[in-house]
Amino acid sequence: MRDTLVRLRYHYWPDHWIGEILSKRWTETAIPVFVLLIVGFWLSQTIDNFLSPTSLADTARQASEIGFITLGMALVVIVGGIDLSVGSMFALSNFFALFALNVLGWPVPVVAVTTIVCGMLLGAVNGILIGYLRLRAFITTLITLIIYRSAYELLIQDYSNTIAASFPDFPSWDFLGYGEVYGFPSVAILFIAVAIFGHIFLTRLRPGWHITAIGGSRRSAHNSGVAVRRTIALCYVASGGLTALGSLFFAARLGTVGGDIGVGWEVTVLTATVLGGITLGGGKGSVTKAAVGTLIVLMITNGLTNMNVSGGVNRMVLASILLIAAMIDIRWQKNRNRIISKVYVSPTYLGLPEPPETEIGRGGPFEQNDKLRDVSLIGLGRIEAPEDVILDKNDNLYAGSRHGDIIRFLAPDYEEMEVFAHIGGQPLGMAFDRQDNLYVCIGGMGLYKIDPDGKVEKATDETNRSIYSVNDDSRLRLADDLDITDEGLIFFSEATVRYEMDEWPVDGLEARGNGRIICYDTNTGKTRTVLRGLRFPNGICVASDHQSILFAETWGCSIKRYWYAGPKKGKVETVIDNLPGFPDNINLASDGNYWLALVGMRGPAQDLAWKMPGFRMRMAKRVPLDEWLFPNINTGCVVKFNEKGEILESYWDLKGENHPMITSMREHKGYLYLGGIQNNRIGRYKLENADPEFSQYGTRWGKS
Amino acid sequence: MKNFRVTQQEIVLVVFVALFAICSVFLNGFLTTDNILTLLQNVAVLGILGLAMAIVVIGRGIDISLIAALAVPPGLVLQLVQYGYTLPFAISLGLGIAIIFGLVNGWLIAYAEVPSLFATLATGIFFAGLGQAFLFELEVVQWSEGMNGFEWLGQGSLLGVPMPIVMFGIACLAVAFLLRRTRVGAYIYAIGDNLAASRVTGIPVRPIVVLQYVLAALIGCFAGLVLASSVNSMPTRIYSSTLIYDVILVVVLGGIGLSGGKGGVINVILGTLLIGTMLNSMTIMDLPYAAQNLFKGIVLLIAVIADTLLNPRNEETAQQGDI
Repeated sequence: MRDTLVRLRYHYWPDHWIGEILSKRWTETAIPVFVLLIVGFWLSQTIDNFLSPTSLADTARQASEIGFITLGMALVVIVGGIDLSVGSMFALSNFFALFALNVLGWPVPVVAVTTIVCGMLLGAVNGILIGYLRLRAFITTLITLIIYRSAYELLIQDYSNTIAASFPDFPSWDFLGYGEVYGFPSVAILFIAVAIFGHIFLTRLRPGWHITAIGGSRRSAHNSGVAVRRTIALCYVASGGLTALGSLFFAARLGTVGGDIGVGWEVTVLTATVLGGITLGGGKGSVTKAAVGTLIVLMITNGLTNMNVSGGVNRMVLASILLIAAMIDIRWQKNRNRIISKVYVSPTYLGLPEPPETEIGRGGPFEQNDKLRDVSLIGLGRIEAPEDVILDKNDNLYAGSRHGDIIRFLAPDYEEMEVFAHIGGQPLGMAFDRQDNLYVCIGGMGLYKIDPDGKVEKATDETNRSIYSVNDDSRLRLADDLDITDEGLIFFSEATVRYEMDEWPVDGLEARGNGRIICYDTNTGKTRTVLRGLRFPNGICVASDHQSILFAETWGCSIKRYWYAGPKKGKVETVIDNLPGFPDNINLASDGNYWLALVGMRGPAQDLAWKMPGFRMRMAKRVPLDEWLFPNINTGCVVKFNEKGEILESYWDLKGENHPMITSMREHKGYLYLGGIQNNRIGRYKLENADPEFSQYGTRWGKS
Repeated sequence: MKNFRVTQQEIVLVVFVALFAICSVFLNGFLTTDNILTLLQNVAVLGILGLAMAIVVIGRGIDISLIAALAVPPGLVLQLVQYGYTLPFAISLGLGIAIIFGLVNGWLIAYAEVPSLFATLATGIFFAGLGQAFLFELEVVQWSEGMNGFEWLGQGSLLGVPMPIVMFGIACLAVAFLLRRTRVGAYIYAIGDNLAASRVTGIPVRPIVVLQYVLAALIGCFAGLVLASSVNSMPTRIYSSTLIYDVILVVVLGGIGLSGGKGGVINVILGTLLIGTMLNSMTIMDLPYAAQNLFKGIVLLIAVIADTLLNPRNEETAQQGDI
């Protein structure tokens, strides 16, 4: 009863989503957006007319004006600096716009352009000092803050009356200040356009990447040839220009040169930037974050003003928000990977029945023996990690190696060894097609094709993305084994979509159906996923009926059959369940049966732990990685089974002296060749009563 | 060239001497005992604040909230005495508030690992807002009967030297002793020099950082008391002024590098004298306030550029996240 509850709970509750959602980059934007929604809801409940069109349009105007400044600040923060002079630059540009229009009487387009140029020049001062002279951004912009502010105060002493005295009347100027397009304020539309461009700029264009790169690591950016100084300088110029753009609309809307314009805005804008989730110190940030942060800050300050809160409290609230946002951001950046690694592992329930006996003297097909003690060894100490072995029609032996090579041992004595092809990733399962091309599954890379001359070509490394998966599962993470049908379909297994190859034991800790079987059609070049939710699918073999494939589920300890053609097309059927060990590769035997490698044997502790997901979850959270439960892969065997799933015989190496670990075996002309992913050798075992002419290549593609 | 290295300290000394000489020659009434005493008296508070800032900057931090520590606790003292509490009680409460300010700053910077500049920027606004919203009745907290006798701190004199100068002197000696003669002082230099190495060496980095900010807040509060007793009130709007920039100016001009681990009390004195001379001469020349600020800003900019040119950094030596 309790078991059933546990099983249902872990079957239906998607624990694995938490880790997957947290590892998405958009969660960092989602949190500020969530805060924005809460603030918006709260204000619409407490303030009358908050959601009325006039009020919203007013908010949009203010938000866009400040939003331009925040965009500039965001740019500067992402590149690894800070710009405290934005408030003063805003005041100066505002003054310049009004001075040019009211006193000098320039036409509106000229005023607009020159104002922005004016802002860019002010920013250029910061840019040259910080970018080229390498001054510290904080202290430099603090000084320019004072200088610009003093200049502004000196200027308004002389000109504020002149500016206030004239009332310019240009429709285009008013349009900047109050204009609407289909009910949207003009400034908001321009802001959205700039923001969309900014997003494309930062995420898709080369200069944007340079900016992020410099913020992420200035030294590395410099060493990779990015023009660090110029890029930094241009960011400050852009900050000045964007600030001036904001001030242009501000000038058109209000037309004043009051003494307190822009005072303390650097704190507001900084709060918006940090609140949106742009990391201080650089390297991370987006336009969306800047815009969301601006909206939150503006709504809060406007809301507090509406509620007649005193200036002091207003400042306290703003300061607290800045502090809390900075603290959360810093904690998150520091602990993100640790938190994700803690919640990412999400075990499920796996109840297996008692395994069949393997003890000597108890009988049964799995009874241990010492037949494999007499294997002869090929390439001892010269090869590392041959997961799979295969022989071509000329009897040459091929095996993968840990160094990313396909190694070929030449017939007849297999003493001479050469690198047949270099791929770069760990080769796993292998299969020849009718044209002598060798298809190889490469862990972490995908399916690769090697022609008889050793030329490497990518066959496929992606499949269709599943709709309900949070992780992007279109890329192949751990292609494992394959076989090729008569029609030219390549069925290959991907053991897990949640872990990289080196983390495979962790997938065993989860025991969820994370794996899948994928079909690559050599005729059309299309790849699609045919089966999902398998427990570490591993070996694959086209069955003798040429309508179905047999595949092994390692953690499921079972062999299943999938029909890809014929009357039962699309159906899956269990052939063997409750194996005493973890099945790996499957291959044809000369007598029409199948060979199966058991890479390791089940143990009572493992079986019990699989029934206790909570225990494994606690282990993953509290115990260091190197002390986690690890599936036994020290002892294994080779078994032979028939079409009905009956085990016929088994081959063991009891002492583990000659062939300690077996992940694959291949029968060829009376011999069984054995591979193991942790071995430094390939085993060769003389089979009795086997067809001395049998070769897998010949059986599948005909003797040529 | 190798043996010829000018330190910023020497440059500042030369500039100060030159400026002082020029002012003495060209400005009427500059080189009189009265004016020099006024000059010193005016910059004494700035100097005391400079000492507070120096402690923090030597430990590779910065404390923007210093002006709030100057204004709010002493303002509270005056306010409490106005309400009729005794002076010792008010002062101990004021010091208590200052210590809390320091602890909050220190905790944020040492334990929550918020960069010092952002932490103190925000806490400065927070403390100022706290005072404005909850502690003071008016923006200028007035002197009251209960404070009588305390004005000696700001208006008395010892052997003909005005008390603020004496107080600055005492503060200098105390801070110099702390930095040069105690273990804590050595720790502060070590942390400013290389935080990671200090931690590995076994220095209690986080408590020492907290202590830096507590000391800064206490010294700031002390400066506030001297200021309040010399003008017989506490103008709390002072935290909106540019005083904090003057303090940074004193420290940076004096030659205490912002990257920490360098400089000492002598640099603060030098910086204070230079700023004092500058401000005094500009006042004598009757420049408007905004023009004075402009001038100060340009001088500060030149000082920082000189600092960068003398201690150059490039892409290889710059520290990531150093802003």
